[in-house]
Amino acid sequence: MSTIARSGEKAEVKLANIAVVAALGAALIFVAGLAQSETLHDAAHDVRHAVGFPCH
Amino acid sequence: MTPPMMCVTRSDSPATDMLQRLLTSALIAGAAAGLIAALLQLVFVQPVLLHAELYEGGERTHFAAPSEHHHGEEADAATPTAEPAHDHSTEAAHDHAEAADIPGIDFDAPRDGLSILFSIMVYAGYGLLLVAAIALSESNGNRVTARQGLLWGVAGFVAVQMAPAFGLSPELPGMAAADVNARAIWWVATVIATAIGLWLIAFGKNGVAWAAAVLLILAPHIIGAPHPHEFTGPTPPELAAQFAGRAIGVGLAVWVLLGLFVATLWSRGREA
Repeated sequence: MSTIARSGEKAEVKLANIAVVAALGAALIFVAGLAQSETLHDAAHDVRHAVGFPCH
Repeated sequence: MTPPMMCVTRSDSPATDMLQRLLTSALIAGAAAGLIAALLQLVFVQPVLLHAELYEGGERTHFAAPSEHHHGEEADAATPTAEPAHDHSTEAAHDHAEAADIPGIDFDAPRDGLSILFSIMVYAGYGLLLVAAIALSESNGNRVTARQGLLWGVAGFVAVQMAPAFGLSPELPGMAAADVNARAIWWVATVIATAIGLWLIAFGKNGVAWAAAVLLILAPHIIGAPHPHEFTGPTPPELAAQFAGRAIGVGLAVWVLLGLFVATLWSRGREA
């Protein structure tokens, strides 16, 4: 019973780790690619165009 | 209370180990891919973009642009077609005299430095999402090898670049476009729908999953991307076509490498 509980816990930790990493990735993409702040837009302008994000 | 605490603080616990492995493989792979992307973009994409900016800023005008047939050094909307000598509206190729000053590869330190930085940031972000997807598939019993990383890379490219480009082609500065927020929402929705669709194609086990996959991949394009009511961009279609082709080509090359790098580092860490 304890091994089942532990493997369940392990799977939860795994999924939590995956969620943290995915959220971090999405945040980076948002800041670099999609955020409409003027400073960010100007700095990331050429990359946004080249990578195909909606710009302007 | 004590065991979970130990689990979090001990550096050799499987939980922190996994998080560390996820982060390092994604960030190293993303930085490498981002750097390669930046170099390819500076050589192949940036010159087209700079060329287009001459039209966007009015230094050059395209013969088909409405009320901008004037061909002077600067845009002068007040005298659109007043000077017959400069009116090239009947001539398709009007740029010959200026062909020599088409922008080439010319490194602009602050501007291109920022591009390198943001390129690394974008691909680090994609690397994190890719390694998360790979790890998620492994938690369901899949096992990803370095070589399979190539396929994951292609799938990532389709989800975040090819599918959005099918509705919103890579934009050249100056191109006419619909409201940026509407486009951003369509972009994000398309990426998510396509990614789930590709996941279902790869890991779905029955016809229902595959049918859902087809629907998810098609839906954004049946609904349609937001487009402007009329196309009035000042940039020539030749430049826009070249820009789109190159942006997509560089994207595929970099994504294949990103998939390879992420899967190599991730699977190597697993065996260690």
